[in-house]
Amino acid sequence: MIRVQQEPFDAAAETARLRSKDRGRSGAVVTFTGLVRDFTAHTDDHGSTTTTMTLEHYPGMTEAALEQIEAAAQARFKPDAMTIIHRFGTLGIGEEIVYVGVAARHRAEAFAAAMFLVDWLKTRAPFWKLEQAGNQRHWVNSQDRDITAAAQWETIADPVGA
Amino acid sequence: MPELRVLYFASLRERLGRHEDHVTLPDDVVSIRDLAVWLGQRDTAAAAAFADPSQWHVAIDQTYSDWDGSVCGAREIAFFPPVTGG
Repeated sequence: MIRVQQEPFDAAAETARLRSKDRGRSGAVVTFTGLVRDFTAHTDDHGSTTTTMTLEHYPGMTEAALEQIEAAAQARFKPDAMTIIHRFGTLGIGEEIVYVGVAARHRAEAFAAAMFLVDWLKTRAPFWKLEQAGNQRHWVNSQDRDITAAAQWETIADPVGA
Repeated sequence: MPELRVLYFASLRERLGRHEDHVTLPDDVVSIRDLAVWLGQRDTAAAAAFADPSQWHVAIDQTYSDWDGSVCGAREIAFFPPVTGG
């Protein structure tokens, strides 16, 4: 299940909803929540009252990309249920950006599928982060470590093509 | 060719000063690479941005493509920096 939304989500409620879908077959539930961390720590902007992260996205393609990533995880790990929720818009420090939940028979595939989903959505889902603090604004750069993490899954094909 | 929507996101959108263009392409614009050159001929900011294609990812009708992808029959092309979601 995929959702792309501006509104905050309730991770506990989403986990309960995820668990209700497994029809009693799952022995493991793994969830990940991504947060806006304080990117001004150790900088001159620390303590600025206007510290925000804005997530831009590509309506239509974000949903399609997340569905493709989810489908790849389904084929590879065969979980009982999955949820991906990703927010867009302007968020403050400590707010939740993304939720990934997986229910599966055993913990190995639950952990692996959750990591797979996060690694791929970080490198292929069309979102872009803009950090602003005081007068400073900075488009976050993509990280080699994220690209390496996704590549290490050694899937035959990139789930989002090309 | 029918009208094509070209979208720009994030830092590219800011460099070009706009989120989208609506264009009608001549028949000799076939690939994404051709499109970028053609856009650059109309706009110096686009010419500067697309001088290094390796900076930008591209999607044709909301599916990732490479720069050799064909624009023929496409409704929507998007150019954007590497993604940073999650």
